[in-house]
Amino acid sequence: MLEKFTLIRGKAVPLRGEDIDTDRIIPARFMKALTFEGLGRYLFYDERFDEEGNPKPHPLNDPRYQGASILLVEAGFGSGSSREHAPQAIKRAGFRAIVGESFAEIFFGNATAIGLPCVTLAPEDLKALFQRVEEEPGLEVEVDLVAKEVRFAGHKAPLSLPEAAREALTQGLWDPIGELLEAGELLDAFDRKLPYPRRAE
Amino acid sequence: MGKTLYEKVWEAHEVRKLRNGQSQLFIDLHLLHEVTSPQAFGMLKDLGLKVRYPHRTFATVDHIVPTHDRREPFQDPLAQSMLEALRANTREHGITFFDLGSGNQGIVHVIGPQLGLTQPGMTIACGDSHTSTHGAFGAVAFGIGTSQVRDVLATQTLAAQKLKVRRINVEGRLAPGVYAKDVILHIIRHLGVKGGLGYAYEYGGSAVEAMDMESRMTLCNMSIEGGARVGYVNPDETTFRYLEGRPYSPQGEAWEEAKRRWLSFRSDPDAPYDDVVTFRAEAIAPTVTWGINPGQAIPIDGRIPLLEELPEEERPVAEEALAYMGFRPGQPIKGVPVQVAFIGSCTNARLSDLREVARFLKGHRVKKGVRALVVPGSEWVARKAEEEGIAEVFREAGFEWRNPGCSMCLAMNPDRLEGDELAASSSNRNYKGRMGSPRGRTVLMSPLMVAAAAVAGEIADAREVFGIAVR
Repeated sequence: MLEKFTLIRGKAVPLRGEDIDTDRIIPARFMKALTFEGLGRYLFYDERFDEEGNPKPHPLNDPRYQGASILLVEAGFGSGSSREHAPQAIKRAGFRAIVGESFAEIFFGNATAIGLPCVTLAPEDLKALFQRVEEEPGLEVEVDLVAKEVRFAGHKAPLSLPEAAREALTQGLWDPIGELLEAGELLDAFDRKLPYPRRAE
Repeated sequence: MGKTLYEKVWEAHEVRKLRNGQSQLFIDLHLLHEVTSPQAFGMLKDLGLKVRYPHRTFATVDHIVPTHDRREPFQDPLAQSMLEALRANTREHGITFFDLGSGNQGIVHVIGPQLGLTQPGMTIACGDSHTSTHGAFGAVAFGIGTSQVRDVLATQTLAAQKLKVRRINVEGRLAPGVYAKDVILHIIRHLGVKGGLGYAYEYGGSAVEAMDMESRMTLCNMSIEGGARVGYVNPDETTFRYLEGRPYSPQGEAWEEAKRRWLSFRSDPDAPYDDVVTFRAEAIAPTVTWGINPGQAIPIDGRIPLLEELPEEERPVAEEALAYMGFRPGQPIKGVPVQVAFIGSCTNARLSDLREVARFLKGHRVKKGVRALVVPGSEWVARKAEEEGIAEVFREAGFEWRNPGCSMCLAMNPDRLEGDELAASSSNRNYKGRMGSPRGRTVLMSPLMVAAAAVAGEIADAREVFGIAVR
């Protein structure tokens, strides 16, 4: 049985910047691997470390945000490549939810399929959340997928998440393969019906 | 009420509705490569599942392949292990694999069309965002993540949410020296890198109808850079002429039947669209990027924007881009020195791209100090280019003629920028660090503009460098 995501509570890391692409989330050279294991340590590598591997000032290197489980982002997060390595790296770095203004589609789908909720807030609510978290890095934030709101410092901001994704996450059905397999022989009928590439003799 | 191609293809492939309201969509053709598939095969093994329809699954190796010395074992043991994993996985599951030296190895989005695997009316999936390329044939083709690669391997289906459709018309005639690459950079510049969120892009209008198939592939390839998941062009006689006689194209009686079927997928004249946008072809100049996303583009004779000229929401990314690229607001882009020139990638490494550049490059020399690479899209493209004397034109001009692969486009192989080198590139992404150096800089443009930059040693107007008359 898959984990059910109903309430995610914890510290949040504010990551400013629009249109942050998947090459930035995980540079291509770290994808030379046969599994996703250990990817968390390469999250935002080129923004966090210089060419000698020394840490640079970055929210993810800031001790005040260590142990955070919520990533705060702005608009267009996860644009670019279809690499599932990007949400995998975020999840494996300990994040359990991403709160932002908008997400690139493939990234959103990949994140949902591995049980990493990506929710959006109205721009003014997101702005308020960024400000509060930057003022008070230890602030507890709650992402409530059942009540459909993000709560922080006495605020309740309505969150948006496509209903299909929300149901999948709250009911523990976020990995669709079980349901896809249920189609069984229906698939064979499609395979017979639809032409496919056949090698010329 | 008519229907769009997108709607028709969707309906023909919808297996059933899922409990969450999404659709289970059957995938006609699944393309694999070495970077996003090994974890999927691992998941399949953990679940005790097999590849359901190996006859619908084809693989090649492209991202990690060295383009200089391809002798095995590769210098990089990680790259070698990825190639070997793909060999073992395809062998175990009975999947056709176009390996190195097979004559058909190449960038996955180059070989699909070239072999006739890509056909109109299909659904196509691949663990690579530029799968949108195949939409040039009137297929609905999209990039997927690794968990979805597993889903397609195990069931030949995906859980998918239907998109809206935006019709993008490009009307009129492109001026000499202006190519599909300029058209798509122009479109993304105007609609934005997030403009396509939630949409499939249907490209049409007289300028698109006049394009050859490889130009249409360039156009559809970069739909993803505009935020759209899918891009396509309705199939027509140009599509059929390209497909006829290719190894996997239908033959004989099946050919006529296939053409009738393919035409039936065309969008109806009265099909409703969620949005319609029209561009004038004559208004499009050779276009280059100046920033860190493909929407930050300007005509070659333009100036890098002043911050106050930009909408307020674009200013922070523009400031970040200026700092990263080392450019000043208001500076002309023409004349910026380049250290590297790269012709290649799934956007622009097809035979027609190389032919067009060679036609103008003959008799010119790459400027001293510029490292210039041409990386053909496939072994077939390389072979044809050798036979036609194109490779020799590039070599004589001072380009390095390499072996097929993704090369510098994302630098998962030894080809990469050093330090803060600036590359004129025919690829699709100018993101920070994209070409392998965390400080490396990319300026996107058409292949002919890359050749002009190589010859001039700076960002230049190909029409001036090669004496192309502007109407």
